[in-house]
Amino acid sequence: MLTYIIRRLIGAVILLFVVSAVVFSIFFLVPRLGGATSDDLASRYVGKSAGAEQIHQTAVKLGFTDPIYVQYGRFAKGIVVGQDYNYGPAVEHCPAPCLGYSFITQNPVLPDLLDRLPVTLSLAAGASIIWLVAGVSTGVISALRRGSWLDRSSMTVALAGVSLPIFFTGLLSLSIFSYGLGWTAPGGANPMDATNPLDWAYTMILPWITLAFLFAASYARLTRAGMLETMNEDYIRTARAKGLRERDVVIRHGLRAALTPILTIFGLDLGLLLGGAILTETTFSLPGLGQYAVQAITNNDLPKVLGVTLLGAVFIIMANLVVDLLYAVVDPRVRTQ
Amino acid sequence: MSTNTTPQLGDPAVRPGIEGFLQVKDLRVHFPTDDGVVKSVDGLSFNLERGETLGIVGESGSGKSVTSLSIMGLHPPGTAKISGQVVLNGDSLVGASPEHIRKLRGKKMAMIFQDPLSAMHPYYTVGQQIIEAYRIHNRVSKQIARKHAIDMLDRVGIPQPSSRVDDYPHQFSGGMRQRAMIAMALSCDPELLIADEPTTALDVTVQAQILDLIRDLQQEFNSAVIIITHDLGVVAELADDILVMYAGRGVEYATAHEIFTAPQHPYTWGLLGSMPRLDRERTERLRPIQGTPPSLINVPSGCPFHPRCTYAELNGGASETDRPEFVEISPRHFLACHLSERDRQRVWDNDIKPTL
Repeated sequence: MLTYIIRRLIGAVILLFVVSAVVFSIFFLVPRLGGATSDDLASRYVGKSAGAEQIHQTAVKLGFTDPIYVQYGRFAKGIVVGQDYNYGPAVEHCPAPCLGYSFITQNPVLPDLLDRLPVTLSLAAGASIIWLVAGVSTGVISALRRGSWLDRSSMTVALAGVSLPIFFTGLLSLSIFSYGLGWTAPGGANPMDATNPLDWAYTMILPWITLAFLFAASYARLTRAGMLETMNEDYIRTARAKGLRERDVVIRHGLRAALTPILTIFGLDLGLLLGGAILTETTFSLPGLGQYAVQAITNNDLPKVLGVTLLGAVFIIMANLVVDLLYAVVDPRVRTQ
Repeated sequence: MSTNTTPQLGDPAVRPGIEGFLQVKDLRVHFPTDDGVVKSVDGLSFNLERGETLGIVGESGSGKSVTSLSIMGLHPPGTAKISGQVVLNGDSLVGASPEHIRKLRGKKMAMIFQDPLSAMHPYYTVGQQIIEAYRIHNRVSKQIARKHAIDMLDRVGIPQPSSRVDDYPHQFSGGMRQRAMIAMALSCDPELLIADEPTTALDVTVQAQILDLIRDLQQEFNSAVIIITHDLGVVAELADDILVMYAGRGVEYATAHEIFTAPQHPYTWGLLGSMPRLDRERTERLRPIQGTPPSLINVPSGCPFHPRCTYAELNGGASETDRPEFVEISPRHFLACHLSERDRQRVWDNDIKPTL
């Protein structure tokens, strides 16, 4: 088991470097292949009135004049051992893991990311609890009452949930619950400013529900399909033949088996979300990683884009690992192999 | 369908003078579907005493398993229309509340299923599943239940039960799994045990062991056993009496000895003829029953077996219009056939017996 984890962790590190190399190439190599010179790249990061000389100086300062592998080597070295940068008056040391400095604000990227992570974490944690509880219970009830009006109406709502984009449901709920009824905080509130959990929930409840609605819908459909399958299994008949109460048959025997695939998808979804829920954060103006990514992309701030992409990749890779390990906990048949 | 001319069953197949521990009278299990009503069981009667074994034999779709699930009350609510009577130790089961039947399940009546791998939950250890079964009906601590589970595993012949109790079903071999299923079924000492094709999914070498086990445990627990199978070899091994089912009805009921030595129904002859035997010359080919089991939505009129019956024309067309009654033709031998006794005896002596 331990060797398996170590092997997976080594694999994860290699994968992260591949991801970083690919992302680096997309932003630094592809423009060159398209014919852009280092000065062309640098012209984005100087004022509009800057002369050719100033642009060239910026290109040298940002390292664009070096060969691409040197640039990547510098970036990779920064992550492993740290890096000294000289963008302004003085040389600044960026300790490992260094994701570089913003080309525009000249702030180091990592502290920015760590600043914004709690917001995204708040969003993902709250929303995932809501969608798990709502989605799974709706799915179970739908499966048990298959064909009833309850099943049909909840599956219709679920279809709507999967289909409606967040910027629609989010803005609609903002206008009704926040601006209309005044029940929840308006958009743009920072949950990290909250002084107590109640305040925090007050700020986050609408983003949670909006995001959870989207996921709950697909979880409800998944759970329903899984339950329909497992409740037809022979071992369910055995459980009934033992005289078990129907509630225990459903939960201990049916849902227990149906939850396994849901757990897998939950882990991956959560990993994906931790890298930033772009639409939700943008809709509610939450200063999380998603919003950070959007701003970085709009500004062509390549180190920020690289940083947020890498952090997202870390979460997804870790989530994959955790899911694979959890599988062994959940399904004894996996354990012995 | 000439439902009007279908004669009502007269006396059900009650063995004279005995009030059964399990009585099934005129049981009908119908499933309404979009294509019509599936009459899986259509007027079945039998009796069973404690300490005795009844074998129910028939092809797939003859209603064997549906019968057992009806006794256990395991048809999902709303799917099956069940009428008739099922009385277990004086307790009427048809029409009883689901909660009442649930409390009887596992405690008074238990069931063993065909495929022990799919019948056990893959995520729980064998021990957990037996403990669960025991604790549903017995208010005991987990430690006591665990001791009981180990004890049960030991009794069904699992080696090193105190360590195997923590194994998962997939770590057991097929025969061991079926032993564990039996341990689970017997954990609450049920008075009625229904074994639905208990050996079909097993290795031939293991089948005999499992059958031996069922017989030994039956003697030990003095329970009534119904063994459902399409394999006449299994019932020959175990059953005191045999009920042959066809299209949801009983067509012949007799002691096992009589079914094998003096069967009276053409369908029983067919079953015997299609059974491979090692103790006879290999010159003859097996003789399968021609045709396929009938649709249970459009059951053939009269005797449902008549389209496949070689001797149907011997009774002047009666088999196409009248449903033969299930009557006692000799003590403890019931039959539903239009053939006259003389014809049956002649066909059996001349055509059938020499080939078996």
